[in-house]
Amino acid sequence: MLELTAAQAAAKIKSGELDAGEYFEFYRQRAAGDAFNSYIWVADEAPALPAADTPFAGVPIAIKDLFCTEGVPSQAGSKILEDYRPPYTATSVRNLQAAGGTLLGKTNQDEFAMGSSTENSAYGPTLNPWDPKRVPGGSSGGSAASVAAGTAPWSIGTDTGGSIRQPAALCGIVGLKPTYGAISRYGMIAFASSLDQAGTFTRDVTDTALLLSAMVGADPCDSTSIGLPEPIELPTGKDLKSIRLGVPEELSGEGIEPGVLKAFNETLDIARQLGATVETMHLPHAPHGLAAYYLLAPAECSSNLARYDGVRYGFRADNAPGGLLGMYTATREQGFGAEVKRRIMLGTYALSSGYYDAYYGKAQKVRTLIASDFTKAWENFDFVVTPTAPGVAFELGAKTADPLAMYLNDFCTVPMSLAGIPGISIPNGLSDGLPVGFQIAGPAFSENRLLEAAYALEQAIGFDGSGAFA
Amino acid sequence: MSTTYEPVIGLEIHVQLKTRTKMFCGCELSFGEEPNTRTCPVCLGLPGTLPVTNAQAVQYGIMMGLALGCEIAPRSIFHRKNYFYPDLAKGYQISQYDIPLCLGGRLGDVRIHRIHLEEDAAKLVHIGTSGRIHGSDASVVDYNRGGTPLAEIVTEPDIHSAEQARDWLQLLRETLRQLGVSDVNMEEGSLRCDANVSIRPQGSTELGTKTELKNMNSFRFVMQGINAEIARQTALVEAGEKVVQETLHFDPVSGRISSLRSKEEAHDYRYFPEPDLVPLVPTPEMLESAKAAIPELPAERSARYEHEFGLAPDTAYLFSFEPEWGDYFEKAAAGADPKATAIWVTELRSRDGASVEPGDLARLVTLVVERKVTAAAGRTILDKLVAEGGDPAEIAEREGLTAMEDSGELEAIVAKVIADNPDVVERIKGGNAKAMGALVGPIMRETKGRADGGEVNRLLRSALGL
Repeated sequence: MLELTAAQAAAKIKSGELDAGEYFEFYRQRAAGDAFNSYIWVADEAPALPAADTPFAGVPIAIKDLFCTEGVPSQAGSKILEDYRPPYTATSVRNLQAAGGTLLGKTNQDEFAMGSSTENSAYGPTLNPWDPKRVPGGSSGGSAASVAAGTAPWSIGTDTGGSIRQPAALCGIVGLKPTYGAISRYGMIAFASSLDQAGTFTRDVTDTALLLSAMVGADPCDSTSIGLPEPIELPTGKDLKSIRLGVPEELSGEGIEPGVLKAFNETLDIARQLGATVETMHLPHAPHGLAAYYLLAPAECSSNLARYDGVRYGFRADNAPGGLLGMYTATREQGFGAEVKRRIMLGTYALSSGYYDAYYGKAQKVRTLIASDFTKAWENFDFVVTPTAPGVAFELGAKTADPLAMYLNDFCTVPMSLAGIPGISIPNGLSDGLPVGFQIAGPAFSENRLLEAAYALEQAIGFDGSGAFA
Repeated sequence: MSTTYEPVIGLEIHVQLKTRTKMFCGCELSFGEEPNTRTCPVCLGLPGTLPVTNAQAVQYGIMMGLALGCEIAPRSIFHRKNYFYPDLAKGYQISQYDIPLCLGGRLGDVRIHRIHLEEDAAKLVHIGTSGRIHGSDASVVDYNRGGTPLAEIVTEPDIHSAEQARDWLQLLRETLRQLGVSDVNMEEGSLRCDANVSIRPQGSTELGTKTELKNMNSFRFVMQGINAEIARQTALVEAGEKVVQETLHFDPVSGRISSLRSKEEAHDYRYFPEPDLVPLVPTPEMLESAKAAIPELPAERSARYEHEFGLAPDTAYLFSFEPEWGDYFEKAAAGADPKATAIWVTELRSRDGASVEPGDLARLVTLVVERKVTAAAGRTILDKLVAEGGDPAEIAEREGLTAMEDSGELEAIVAKVIADNPDVVERIKGGNAKAMGALVGPIMRETKGRADGGEVNRLLRSALGL
């Protein structure tokens, strides 16, 4: 049962070869025994199993902690929401359940999705199944590690600046962030509203397509959701004939570890063998992406996190002196971790009177320029390709002392987030025994073509991630 | 020699819109329900929730803008106004900032600066003796009100007296009530008014420092509060001191003004565009249907009554503030002289709960205008119409109320009454002209009100040799 992809398992359940209940219990026990702290909560027992004629036929899914799941802890990796159980379930999760998916567990994450290593979780860091002294990446580290270790067949996470793609790369699995607006954000505990998107972690691109197809759709509860113009199809692409790949100089040279760059170039050769043309090009404003991101995202989060004040739900510092202000201050001081506080302060400053134009306003303009760099690129290229992350999984504690060094993990993924375009990371090799990821980004709403290209490359690369199975 | 100071007043009015559900979620609006029974994850600001704009509220906003002569923005956006308070579930209020729904406009003699949409905060109840936060033991929050749609109207500082403010506010209130967008009830909080008040030397065009006077919850308090603030500022300036920009509270019981917060403590709301909502772009269809939904409003109706029907301004104003009577007047005036009809409609209106077919009233009016009955007889006929209905001319005949045409009959009655009251005649002839009234009464009774009062007086004088 461990070797089956989710799509294969669903097919076997439908054909009667595999019992859905047994399959769920198999993974439930693996999740409960997970040695990497991937999970904050695991189901006690199998839920009522859906009919076999649903697309997923009962295949279990691990779900990042910040997705609201009714009656089940949804804490966004934070102490301030410790044991918070929402009265409703996120639309994207309800869509998965309607497709026959079952809730296996809630996975660990950097608090409120802020981080690139899952070391900012209030529930301890998640360990990388390839090397438990190293980080799995973040913020969706638990979701990534669960798939890499085989303690879940597939999982979902969220990506704001790279929080799906980067951990997918560091864990040797496939991670997709779709076009902004493809999947409803209703029920996703918010970090940065104009950037957050739900996405998938899977062992292969076929599973990505299957999982994604059930999640997408415009939602009346989310005004910024628009769905996708065509249904997602399972990919079958065998080559990259007439596909033009653009390699941005700004995101594929300086700052990338040599081992990562070597794997990247080898994949470009494979792409050429599959018939693609590969050319360097420019995304001139992409180097400013991190600066713009680390003003816009904190600004939005400073507002999104204002509701955590101890009044209606979550942690409250009872008996704090100083009346209302004392309660607010003590609750947030004790309930939030250091990185969250850092970003709230940064964001508050960026929005404050007298500074708005210089920081938030300016960052929005830079964002527009970054987006238009991509729009121009699509005149000559079908996709833009980069290494997903500048390095392989680093050791626990290696970057916690320097927030800026941590932020640099996102520099290849942030431009796509700012532009709202889809990006997928596929494992394309190892460097010093640790996985490397290859990112393909496409125009908004190009998910089907993106999946085709990723599939063709994946088949040709032939990466085997089962070495990390626990 | 002291300077005369001119008050300069602008109003900020919050109007709760009469939609079925809240501004950004599907909770039904309520007033006086059990606390915290009209809430949902969205208006409670639970983690992961998102707002969705109420289309009816936008429609009402557009109607208000069109009714008040504003430009409707082809594209407006929502902003977040960030601050911490227990009545603000999300820690920010979704409002509009520099790109509001409506700009410009006018009602009566006051220009509108802007109108925008936002959500209301929840209700804080302070438990203690005064109901105010000072001196209370605890505070509790009722989130039923949180998320109610509000339209905020800001005027230009075109108002120059507290009385003008009150009168204009009443016109605004009636206009919005007839527009059907709000209950506009100050006691219930569906209409709230803050005033920005400053003074300047008469004739100056510069603006003085303004203060903000908040939450006066009746028309009377608005007027009293503004007058109190004008007096306070005038006294300050005359004593050589400066007015400080601050937010003030008027206590109607004591008549005193006290400070709520000064400029130094002013919040930085860190406004930024609401990323969870898309811009508002009214379509031509939305604008058309908003326009079609606007009935004739008080200001226009009043002007029309003055010009088309020649009514006096007070009467025109009354009929436009009570459009049921305005509509009734127009129906009746289709069959009789308008000015006279207006008088008789007003007469009917003074009889609480009375109703008469407009056609019947018109016939009555015509009878009086043609002097077939006197005004006094007319009132008697009106009573009969109210009680039983019928035709005025027939009633007049039946009750013997037709105007006295033969002056011989009247002369005879006058002579008889004079003969019956020699002592009164003595007093009149002795120089007490007012005593004549004591003769008029019996004469009118004898004639059952059919005699014309002027004619009676003329005959009396002639008979008495005056």
